[in-house]
This record gives sequence, structure tokens and C-alpha cells, in this order.
Amino acid sequence: MSPESDAAAAAVAAVENVADRIETEREHLTDLDSAIGDADHGGNMARGWQAAAEAVTDLDSPTVEAVVKTAGKTLLSEVGGASGPLYGGSLVFASAELSDGLTAESAVAFAETYLEKVQDRGDAKVGDKTMIDALVPAVHTFKKSVETDDLPPLDALAKAVAAAEHGVAFTVPIRAAKGRASYLGWRSVGHQDPGATSTLYIMEELLATAADHLDQVVPSVDATSPTIPDGEATEE
Amino acid sequence: MVGLVVVSHSYTAAQGISEIAAEMAGETPIEPVGGDSDGGIGTVPDDIEAALAAADDGDGVVVLVDLGSAVMNTEVAIELSETEAAIADAPVLEGAVNAAVAATSPDATLGSVREQAEAARDVDKL
Repeated sequence: MSPESDAAAAAVAAVENVADRIETEREHLTDLDSAIGDADHGGNMARGWQAAAEAVTDLDSPTVEAVVKTAGKTLLSEVGGASGPLYGGSLVFASAELSDGLTAESAVAFAETYLEKVQDRGDAKVGDKTMIDALVPAVHTFKKSVETDDLPPLDALAKAVAAAEHGVAFTVPIRAAKGRASYLGWRSVGHQDPGATSTLYIMEELLATAADHLDQVVPSVDATSPTIPDGEATEE
Repeated sequence: MVGLVVVSHSYTAAQGISEIAAEMAGETPIEPVGGDSDGGIGTVPDDIEAALAAADDGDGVVVLVDLGSAVMNTEVAIELSETEAAIADAPVLEGAVNAAVAATSPDATLGSVREQAEAARDVDKL
């Protein structure tokens, strides 16, 4: 198999693995969302990712870009809630960064564009109790690990997943300032954000798929210091 | 003629709001859109994009939206669409009625209709 079609096959596998994981976690995500939202996150995401997995499997001679774009477009048309534009729309726009294939550099560009799109669309910042709380430390940790620390991509991704885990934990004690949970005010305190949680699940599946694809074991990382850029958490 | 699209999480709500606005709208096209792909509560960019195309008479479309993801999905639909369209930052029913009236003016533009829709934010009910 050529490197490009090999990477595309891995991308298809990643979408399928995410779909399976979200289906497994469907009830859990719905429970999290029923505490502070409208209890549709598990169902919406499961339906969207299932359709995305079917759509990417149907592609003739797929590329990584086409797989990611198709998954995004399918989420956009199937989800029916804020997760559609936030997860799906961001995948569609960020997929262009993978037009020359999947490398450590293009993966960083993809992650940065994805984050930028989620931030533009959702207008949330770190500390608002949203998926941004998982995504910002994950993307910045990934970028720093690749560009500054010169880690192999799989190690960089493992660190990013660890950073996202910290981000998810961080959503529990804080008060929601965005999304439907913000209507609850202080009653949102003590609940884990469903969007941050599903973002972590997606990243865990990307990591597991990448490790499988590279025929390596998932690296264990020191997760004590996720990277959050200066000012990100305090900006108004 | 500037067209209108009403986006709600419920198709029934969008349709009802469109019917109310149509009373004041003369020939102005008003397209309701809403609901997820299973007919449940939600909004879908593809459906909104189709509504934009249906309401476009060549002079653009002003879009009235309800809550949260309706705004995001409409933004995505506008980015994907060929139609020139703008979201009015207005209460969906009052804004739709105001926009319908504004659209009947012979001098109506996308900007003037949007502005009148947004003027509905300042209307007191009591």
C-alpha cells in the first residue's frame, strides 16, 4: 500500500473507532448532559459518528483529507445540535490542512485550525466549562511537543491526550459560562462537561488508532504539565 | 426583493412564526426551516442552506434564528451557501414581523431589512 492510501486507511479506521467508542459511551455522555444540558449529547454524537463511519467506508480511493472532510460533513448534516457545527464544521474546515497528506507538521496545522474554528464558532475560552477546556491544552501540548520538544508524533499525541484528561477534570469544579449549562449558573458546579468528555474520547481513539497503525504500543507519558498559553485562561 | 428565512429548533415553531410574519409580508418569500434529520428538535446546516436558496430572489436573505446551535448551524450554512445572507441579532418572532414589513419597502436592501429586524430588540411589551 502507498503511504498516502495507508494513511487514508488509518483515517477511516480512526473514524470507525471513534464511532464505536462514542456508541459505547453513549449513555455516559447522555448522563453527563442530562445533569447540565438537554440530555442529547450521547444520542446526537452516536448518530452522527455512526453515519460518518458509514460515509467514510463508502469512499472510493480515499485520501486523509477526503476522509476527514467527509466525516465532518456527515456530522454537520446528522447531528442536529451545537455538536454538528462545532465538531463537524471544524473538521470540514481543518481538513484542508491535510491536503498534502499526514505528517507531524500537517497534524499540528490541522489541530490548530480545528481549535481556531471551534473557538470562532462557539466563542468560548478556557474556564467556560466547554470542550475548549480539553481542546486548548491538548492542541498546545501537541504543538509544543512536536515543534519545541521534538518528540515523535505518537508521543506528542499521547501527551496531548493526557493534557485533555486534565482539561476534562478541570471542568468539574467550575461554573459554566457558555452553552446551555450556563443557564444553570452555580448549579453547573460539580458536573463534568459532556463536550470536553467526548473530545477526550475522540482523542483517545485517535491515539489508539495511530499506535495500531504504526504498530507501536501507546506511549506512557508524564502528564503533570499540560501546556496552556499565557493569558488564555484569564482573558476576558 | 429581500427574502426571509426563519430558523428554529422546531419546524413547527419556524412555520408558525413564518405564518405570522407572512401576514405583513406581501410578496416577500419567507422560508421556515428547523428540526434535526430525524424530525426531532435541532437544526441542520444542509436544510438551512436549502431554505436560503429557496428564499433568495436575487437581493439576498435575512435570517431570523432562535437559540444556540441554530445560530452556529446558520453561520455554517451561510458559509457553504451561494446566497448572500445575514443573520439578524433579534428576537425571532418580533424580528421576523419587523423584517417582513421592512422587506415590502421598494427601497429595501439586505442591510435595511436586517436593521429593522434588529430594531425589534428594543420593543417593550409592557
